[in-house]
Amino acid sequence: MKISVTVNGTVYERDVEPRTLLAYFLREDCGLTGTHVGCDSSSCGCCVVAMDGNRAVKSCTMFAVQADGHEILTVEGLERGGALHPLQQAFWDQHGLQCGYCTPGMLMTSYVLLGHNPAPTELEIREALSGNLCRCTGYQNIVKAVQQAAEHLSAEPAAVAAAGE
Amino acid sequence: MFPAPFDYQRAHSAQEAIDALAAHGADARVLAGGQSLIPAMRYRLARPPVLVDINPASELVYFREADGSLQIGAGTRDFAVETAPFVAPRYHLIADASVLIADPVVRQMGTVVGSLCHNDPAGDWPAVALAGRASMVLRSSAGTRVVPIDEFIVDSYTTSLRDGEMAVEVRFPIPGARTSGSYQKIERKVGDFATASAAVQVSLDAAGKIAGAGVAIGAVGPSAMRVVEAEKLLDGNAPSKELIADAARAAEKLADPSPDNRGSVEYKKAMAGVLVRRALTNAFVRLGVGGLT
Repeated sequence: MKISVTVNGTVYERDVEPRTLLAYFLREDCGLTGTHVGCDSSSCGCCVVAMDGNRAVKSCTMFAVQADGHEILTVEGLERGGALHPLQQAFWDQHGLQCGYCTPGMLMTSYVLLGHNPAPTELEIREALSGNLCRCTGYQNIVKAVQQAAEHLSAEPAAVAAAGE
Repeated sequence: MFPAPFDYQRAHSAQEAIDALAAHGADARVLAGGQSLIPAMRYRLARPPVLVDINPASELVYFREADGSLQIGAGTRDFAVETAPFVAPRYHLIADASVLIADPVVRQMGTVVGSLCHNDPAGDWPAVALAGRASMVLRSSAGTRVVPIDEFIVDSYTTSLRDGEMAVEVRFPIPGARTSGSYQKIERKVGDFATASAAVQVSLDAAGKIAGAGVAIGAVGPSAMRVVEAEKLLDGNAPSKELIADAARAAEKLADPSPDNRGSVEYKKAMAGVLVRRALTNAFVRLGVGGLT
C-alpha cells in the first residue's frame, strides 16, 4: 500500500505492507534509526515519537499505514538550526542518560508533555514518563532535565508555541 | 513479532466501517487505538484477515453529556477522558480509572470503547462500566441496538458483539449530586495488567441511606464481574464500616482468579475484598460520610 508520511518535515512516499509497524517504517524505510525498539510490545517507551505535534505514540504499536497523511517527529527532528533542542541540551547538562537507549523515547514523550503542559510539576513529569523505562539513571536526572527544559522554553515563548503546535 | 498479513481498509465514517464489516463478516476486526489488538496480533494471538481502521472517522470522536448520559464515541481516546475538565469533579469512578489505565503514552492512543470490545479480564473499563451501569451502542447494517454492559460482557475477550456489528459508543448515566464512586487497582508496575481491581459507584438518598450501588471486580475471574450480593447488601442501608466489610466479603467470595506470577488464588481473592472495601470507603468519604476511616 502506498503511503505518504511527513517525518521531521520531509515527505516520505513508500510502498509498505499494511502490517509494517511505524517503528520499522521509520528505521528501515526512512533510514531514521534514532527511534529505538526496546521491548517491541508497547511496554518500554523507547520507540515513542510525536504524531501531529501533540500526541506521543509508541511506534511499535501502530501501523505505518495509520501514519499516512500525518506528521511524525522523531528525535532526529528535534534539533533546531544545527543546535540541540532545549530538551536535548537539558538531558546533556543534567546527565539525563547513561547508555542512551531509552533517550529518544524520553525526549519525545517529554516534548509532547511540554506542549500540553509547559510548566509541569515534578509529579506530573514522573507520571508523564511512567510509560518510558530507563534502566540506568534511576530517573532523577531525567526529571531534572525536563524541569530545566521547561524553564528554558518558558523563557522563550516562540519555542513553546512550536512545541505545542 | 510481526502480525500476520491482513487486508487494511480505512473507514472515514461509521457507515463506511459498518459497510466494510458487513462485507467481511467474521473475518473483519475494527482497529481503533490498537493498543491491545496490535500486541495481540504481534503475538499471533489474533490474526484477523481484515482490519477496518476507524481512526479517520472523526464523527466517532466525541465525549459529551446528552440525553442524561455521558456518551463516549468509539474514536475517543483515554487521554480525552483524563483531561476533560468536567470529569474529575463529577465522575469520580471514571476519573479515578482514567489515570490508572496502562501508561500515559498508551492512553494517548487507546480508546474506551476499544478496551470494552477487547474485554480483557484484567482490563479497567469493563469493571468501571459494570459499576457505572453503562450501555453499549451497537450498530450494523440491520440497525442500532443498545445493550446493557452486563449483556455485552460475555467471557474472557468475548462480548455479545455480532459479526458485522460495531460498537459505536458507550454511555454512562450521568451521576446525581449525591453519587460518588472510586476505582482501586493493584498493579506490579505502571502499565502492567491489574493483579486485582475494584470499581464502585454509590448514591445516597436524602436520609443518607444508600439508594443504588454498583460494585464490580476485575482481573479475578474470566471477565470483570458484578458483585450482585454486595450491591444487595448495600442498597437501602446506611453506610457503615460493618456494611462495607460485608460487601467486601461478598466480593472476596465471588472472586475466582487464576494463579500466576502476580499472585496466588488466595492472595487475589483477598485483594478483591480489600479493594472493594477501599473503593466503597473512598466513595462514601467523598460523599461526606464520616466515621468510616
